[in-house]
Amino acid sequence: MLNVWGLCLFAFLYAPIVVVMAQSFNSGRFGVTWKGFTWEWYAALFHNEGIRAATINTLLLAVSSTVISTVLGTSLAYGMSRFRWRWGRAWEGLIQAPVYVPDVVVAAGFLVFFDVARRFLPGFEPGLRVMILAHATVQLPFVTLVVRARMSGLDRSLEEAAHDLGADAWQVFREVTGPFLAPGVMSAALLAFTLSLDDFVVSFFMSGPGTTTLPMFIYSSVKRGVTPEVNALSSLLVVLSALAAWFAMRLGNRFRENAE
Amino acid sequence: MGKGLPARRVTVRSGEVVSSREERLRGWLFCGGGFLWLTVFVVGPLAAILAMGFSSRGDYGEIQWQWSFESYRRLGGVGELGFDPVYPLILFRTLGVAMATTLGCVVCGMPFAFFIAGFKGHRRTAALMGVMIPFWTNLLIRTYAWQILMAPQGPLTVVARAFGWVGEGDALYPGLFAVYLCLVCDFIPFMVLPLYASVEKVNWALADAARDLGAGEISVFWHAVLPQIRAGLAAGSLLVFLPALGQFVIPDLLGGARTVLLGNLVQQQFVQGRDWPFGAAIASVCLALVALGLALLSRLQPASEAAQNRIGSEERHEGWVG
Repeated sequence: MLNVWGLCLFAFLYAPIVVVMAQSFNSGRFGVTWKGFTWEWYAALFHNEGIRAATINTLLLAVSSTVISTVLGTSLAYGMSRFRWRWGRAWEGLIQAPVYVPDVVVAAGFLVFFDVARRFLPGFEPGLRVMILAHATVQLPFVTLVVRARMSGLDRSLEEAAHDLGADAWQVFREVTGPFLAPGVMSAALLAFTLSLDDFVVSFFMSGPGTTTLPMFIYSSVKRGVTPEVNALSSLLVVLSALAAWFAMRLGNRFRENAE
Repeated sequence: MGKGLPARRVTVRSGEVVSSREERLRGWLFCGGGFLWLTVFVVGPLAAILAMGFSSRGDYGEIQWQWSFESYRRLGGVGELGFDPVYPLILFRTLGVAMATTLGCVVCGMPFAFFIAGFKGHRRTAALMGVMIPFWTNLLIRTYAWQILMAPQGPLTVVARAFGWVGEGDALYPGLFAVYLCLVCDFIPFMVLPLYASVEKVNWALADAARDLGAGEISVFWHAVLPQIRAGLAAGSLLVFLPALGQFVIPDLLGGARTVLLGNLVQQQFVQGRDWPFGAAIASVCLALVALGLALLSRLQPASEAAQNRIGSEERHEGWVG
């Protein structure tokens, strides 16, 4: 009984993903009736100027925001778990706040904030730059949480042993702490990357002229009526984020097994 | 600390004595950047939204930063011609939809969490990954996929037509049913992951004991199992409820004019309508609801643990110091 329910739910979870992938190979241009297999829509992706520009924007956005949030988040995770903080609970709340606030509210907040900031400082015009700032902010709590989870698994006596054997602080970090944290940081960065890749709402609110991302491209195509190319594009995006998530989880699982 | 030594607080790090001043400096070296970033880019936008909710719109659409309750009054139902129920209705509809989605996720997700916990070793890891992968893939894509499934010739419509639920040539969307179905499908991983973390730790000896003492299956579940998974249930409910409150893509793509939710209103005011003060007031109401939900949750479970659930991590970090 439980097994039937479980399998039904897996079917429910994967039905949307499967149907988009199936449609991306359907040679029928209109409707959902199966007309035969084709690669045509994937080939069409490479000739679409709009998709090429959106891909560049999406990758630029995802890579830059991931770099910022990974650097800040890792250092924050290390500092938060190694040092005592007088306002620890308040900082903790601040770190976690963006996780809970619905994305439409976050997006609206950034829109208003940058609009006000623009009056005092130039450079906050809608566009890729503010999108990067906003994405990095949304990713920061996730990176911090993932790296801190990893930090808590670090046996402090390893660092002390390295120190007793004559290593200075930098050597301890380079030889013990760093390598231990590395898979956690890697997995955090991958998750940050997928967050940016999957985001539609924040980008939609912050975008300026010529800064369409792939999810925004998909949204406007869906609004006008889906073309088969969009199914192909969506399938590629799904595969990309699934791969990143899978890889991130593999990293997590591997070091859990090693620790046991 | 012995006599004669200065009574200053010091910390010993790897055999090195560090003064409290130096210690603070080092702490800020690591966290300063992150703290500054969060203060500017989290506190800033949230404060901006809250402040703008109390501003008003001038004759030419410009924003007047004068204390005004105009937007909140509109949201509360004060229209130009007396009581106007449009916005209060949307507010209550949103709360209702978010609650129904949470309930749907509990009903579907609870047996699912037990199903996953029933596996061992690699199969369990695989099952968990099976839940995680949709969780990390694009919500927009998973949403428009339901348009395909529910189109007039879509697989789901064909099945529903066989049962006589929809007429010839009709589609299952747009409508409230489509919105609910998609909300539950998209948010179920948020429910299953924290629930699973609780179910995994259930002490089944208690259930056996209750059964030995003559309890029926329903009372075993109610009295011996449910109290043990309450924390996971609370975390999961919140993680479904909060994003459901602010959802705008799903009602936008699958719903019609009668399924406008708070998220759609915010989007309309900011992207199309250009009435920012009103949009900000609506967003502030969402924020207040989020704060309320978090306050409720923190009575049941430490926030740090709940946030771990949100990222689907099985690892827990140690408690906060300081």
